[in-house]
Amino acid sequence: MKEGFRQSMAWLHTWSGLVVGWVLFFVFVTGTAGYFTYEITRWMEPERPLVESRDYPGKETLLTLGLNRLDEVAPVAESWGINFPHESQSTRHWEDFSINWSTVPLEGHDHGTFGRETLDPFTGKLKTPVEPRETGGGSLLYRMHYALHYIDYPIAFRIVGVCTMLMLVAIVTGVITHKKIFKDFFTFRPGKGQRSWLDAHNVISVMALPFFLMITYSGLLFFTLSYMPAGLYTLYGNDQKSRERYFDELFGDHEHMAISRPAASVASMVAKAEAAWGKDQVASVFIQHDEGEEPRVDINRVRGGKVLWFDSDLMRFHAHTGAPLPLDEPDPTVTQTNQVLLALHEGRFAEPWLRWLYFVAGLLGCAMIGTGLVLWTVKRGKNHGANSHLGMRLVQALNIATIAGLPTAVAAYFWANRLLPVELADRAAWEANIMFLVWGETLIYAFFRDNRKAWVELLWLAAAAFALLPLLNALTTDKHLGATLAVGDWALAGVDLTVLALGVTFAYMAVKVQRRWRKQAAEREAQALNQGGLLAQEAVS
Amino acid sequence: MRAKTKALPPNHRWLVASRVLAAVLGGYALTSAATVLLALIWPLPQAQAVMASSMLSFSLYTAIIVWIFATKRVRTLWAGLIAATALCGALAWLLLPGGGA
Repeated sequence: MKEGFRQSMAWLHTWSGLVVGWVLFFVFVTGTAGYFTYEITRWMEPERPLVESRDYPGKETLLTLGLNRLDEVAPVAESWGINFPHESQSTRHWEDFSINWSTVPLEGHDHGTFGRETLDPFTGKLKTPVEPRETGGGSLLYRMHYALHYIDYPIAFRIVGVCTMLMLVAIVTGVITHKKIFKDFFTFRPGKGQRSWLDAHNVISVMALPFFLMITYSGLLFFTLSYMPAGLYTLYGNDQKSRERYFDELFGDHEHMAISRPAASVASMVAKAEAAWGKDQVASVFIQHDEGEEPRVDINRVRGGKVLWFDSDLMRFHAHTGAPLPLDEPDPTVTQTNQVLLALHEGRFAEPWLRWLYFVAGLLGCAMIGTGLVLWTVKRGKNHGANSHLGMRLVQALNIATIAGLPTAVAAYFWANRLLPVELADRAAWEANIMFLVWGETLIYAFFRDNRKAWVELLWLAAAAFALLPLLNALTTDKHLGATLAVGDWALAGVDLTVLALGVTFAYMAVKVQRRWRKQAAEREAQALNQGGLLAQEAVS
Repeated sequence: MRAKTKALPPNHRWLVASRVLAAVLGGYALTSAATVLLALIWPLPQAQAVMASSMLSFSLYTAIIVWIFATKRVRTLWAGLIAATALCGALAWLLLPGGGA
């Protein structure tokens, strides 16, 4: 690198971005959809009822029903839990009345088996669950953003890790390259080809820069010890036992004693908690006995208002005397830092408006990667002449298939959910297969079709695939916009409305691209005519 | 870009490949060694120190990659990488419980 510092950083930015840009686009698309995992899953399971019945008796009755049932199914257990019906923030839907337990582990095992039952709040009888169609739902889409698909998990998350690391390098070098980061931010020169693409790339990247840095870095932290195991291996060792020793030191090692039905009145503990927090603020009861400590009953408050979404307020009582017990010491700063960064990444604490901000920031991430990829071809297209060699062709085709084709494939995943026969074997797998088949086909199409035509046609295809989804939904299920809007089921209506908006966005992109290229073609024709005229004149004179 | 490429030395491609190799292998090795050293000297209980230094390692790796591509001479950067890795490794070995000290 003979050039200056900034040029070498620009080089590093370009290439670290290009080689992983397509994978990162996939990660951003599926990850952004992940902010609405639960809503998408509900949409993909249209057999579930619109609004669940929210009638239930008092907490005391529920407690008796729950404890009785636990006594029946797990008289000697390691833990007992009772969930009161409540609006949960972490799952973003109504939590039914349910119980859970884990059995005492067998000799030589670390964990017992975990059980969970949803109960009828009036009779305490097992509730027959709705059996929805087999689907991967929102969670499969979400899983793809760190585990890809068709690839073994340990390999997949390492591939994603390498790409994420390069993304971090691309972000840092991108910032270094832009000496005038704020001036650039307010600069947009539309309709000027390469210059406009660069401006767009700058504006989008700077707009959500803190989000991009946070999401990239925290993404790496989900797999810290797999990506950077040197410290663990050297100071502890690289076998399972050493790993356990490390985690025990970090989080404390609790052996659990067997528990049984508390002698003290759990109802009066719940009443104390309700007096302190307010009515309907008690979410669940949890009973456990750590070795060397007293058997305890934890009363958990409904989650909300904290970045560490799982860290709900709680009150602790002695299971047999009912006396209040002190809470655990807070986690050390290092562990808390880690937990906060992971929570920021997942955004599970986010209320609806913040959730939408996450979603928009995710889409901006897609736009940042997309404009960066296009910029690469626009810059080189000018110097080499478009369609000149195989490398260029491949990058162009990959860009089209990724930016226009992948969204189409995601839409196809939803189409498959509605159109595949409900009784089809391996139905969930086929939904995903169809997504990747469509993606593969767009790549082949983009490679063999004229570059400009492929862009326009595939953008229109994406527009149609998204915009027609609400219609398909209305034709194949009774959970369409007419029904969902009428009862105010915004989770389901939101999915339909969002895909509609995405369809309109793709249509807008298609129209813009089409217009721009028509204008360019007309200008070039005019130029050619002029030149032709000049040549003719020269020939005459 | 074309014009600039022509002005570059004939072994340009090899020099770039050498830098990429330095970033992928050398950079990762140096980051690993520095992470271990950092975990040993961080005044925290051992498990927390390992977690803290491992969490920080990705910033360290990024900085090292930037340095690798910003250094003028390929020979200097390899020498620097090897020296720094050796130094971190040696210090870590001395500090390891039951190590060389």
